[in-house]
Amino acid sequence: MKLHFELTELQTGYIAAIDDERFEDWPNFFTPDGNYEIIPRENFVQGLPAGLMHCFGQTMMRDRVVSMREANVYHAHTYRHFVSGLEILSQTADEVATRSNYLVMRTVNELNADVFQVGRYEDIVVRTDAGWRYKSKRAIYENARVDTLLVIPV
Amino acid sequence: MQVGDRANVDKGPSPSGGEVRFPGSDGSSVPFEVYSSKEIYDLEQERIFRGPTWNYLALEAELPEPGDFKSTFVGDTPVVVTRTQEGEFAAWVNRCAHRGAIVCREKRGNAKSHACIYHQWSYNAHGDLEGVPFRRGVQGVAGMPESFDLKQNGLRKLRVASYKGLLFASFSDEVAPLTDYLGERMLPGIDRIFHKPIEFLGATRQYIHGNWKLYMENVRDGYHASLLHTFHATFNLVRSNQKARVIGDTSDLHTCGDLFITPDPSGASDYKDIATFKDKLSLEYPQIVENRQEFEELVANHLQCIFPQLVIMQIQNVLAVRQVLPKAPDEFELIFHFFGYADDSPEMRRHRVTQMNLVGAAGLISMEDGTAIELVQDGIKSGPQGHSIALMGLEAAEEDQERVPMAENHIRRFWRGYQRLMGF
Ligand code: FES
Ligand SMILES: [Fe+2]
Repeated sequence: MKLHFELTELQTGYIAAIDDERFEDWPNFFTPDGNYEIIPRENFVQGLPAGLMHCFGQTMMRDRVVSMREANVYHAHTYRHFVSGLEILSQTADEVATRSNYLVMRTVNELNADVFQVGRYEDIVVRTDAGWRYKSKRAIYENARVDTLLVIPV
Repeated sequence: MQVGDRANVDKGPSPSGGEVRFPGSDGSSVPFEVYSSKEIYDLEQERIFRGPTWNYLALEAELPEPGDFKSTFVGDTPVVVTRTQEGEFAAWVNRCAHRGAIVCREKRGNAKSHACIYHQWSYNAHGDLEGVPFRRGVQGVAGMPESFDLKQNGLRKLRVASYKGLLFASFSDEVAPLTDYLGERMLPGIDRIFHKPIEFLGATRQYIHGNWKLYMENVRDGYHASLLHTFHATFNLVRSNQKARVIGDTSDLHTCGDLFITPDPSGASDYKDIATFKDKLSLEYPQIVENRQEFEELVANHLQCIFPQLVIMQIQNVLAVRQVLPKAPDEFELIFHFFGYADDSPEMRRHRVTQMNLVGAAGLISMEDGTAIELVQDGIKSGPQGHSIALMGLEAAEEDQERVPMAENHIRRFWRGYQRLMGF
């Protein structure tokens, strides 16, 4: 029960950082060598690796954030995450495998909101001195057609 | 039927009737209505996609086993491509010969035959009709006419040809054989990328609310590369004076652009005037743009556009073919089919996956293209008549046009080929 609560807290913090546009905090939810990927389910079920984002380690995540802030050009937009069904698949004292559902609404220019992405997270969470962190987070999305572009991690 | 659909039907064809006047024949000026008119969109389906062209369907590597199939499109016509039991490839329009229903509903799979769910007519991998339930009726009554011939009622077949593992189809009996259509100026670029067996790594899809031709201009547009996409400039990674070679084919359809890696003699001075250049930023993980040489020439960037809807791409070590599927005058789907080589080490495969970050819908160096295209579509969809212009390098010598990517001659080339095929 306590573990479930702690994992929920980690996830709540994670989505709040993204939805509140505190992107510089986003890599800090991972271990330094943690992995983050966004992969369409159609590839995932075939065992194919191609996806939208593949960050292997915090360095690549920070590069992504700097690029978003400084280099890339896009319309102002924000996400609102809705997550549910956090499930613990396996656990040891310091490592937990979980899955949960996510729905991301994207609002562009504070005018229109659409379902941007729907899928599930498959996470490996590890205990560190600073608390629980993602060692691996994969967002497996089901609506394969990405509308216009994806800038912000989900 | 939605109210909107009925309104369209009642309106009938617009006054242009699909005819449009280009200001000239050199491809330097394009009337905006070719990006938004439904009549012109429909004519393109007939004269380009179902006309004398070869359309990319799939990588052979996507269909390794007999019976493997994939649903795709030629223009906006649904088409299925399959590997037959004999190991050959076949393609047919995904429309039942009975009442016209979509026969194959899966995106990909493996099947010996394909049955339409509506009345269970079934077809083999070649598209031949093999079974019609109750063909003799019930108790010999109310069946199909005696004269009904299965052989005459198969699915509409397309010509299929492949080159170096790239599968193409054509509706046309007149189109030149595939290698002639690609032409000798385009083959070396394809030969280089497909010089050994590949491994399919998966596809990603992007849906852009713009006309498909805006994308075909965009990939031929070297002018925007360093101005819209500022990743390289921001992180101090390239110079605009890299050596380039951009060549076209003799039929004004295709384009092949290569950017070669050369030392920078200018000391970054070429970027001084670009407002987005940030002197102090650098990547924490620069391997994301590292080129591990795998071709004789050191090519950073290879973009090869095969008319009408294929782009073969190598950017550093990420390899893909992009397929453009028009869906409406103001919508298209863009599919990236990523691949590596069958003999890649796990480490090299990982490197390729790492570099997938550069391209596609979330591509660090490309994500802006969708937005740029949508801004054009939004800008031209209403308001007074007008036309776009592509004049950069118009007066430059042919060698200079091929050397300097920001010359817009390959956009002009695309439009000349387009005007010829469309009869505009
Ligand atoms: S529509 Fe296909 S079997 Fe009738
Ligand atoms: Fe671009």
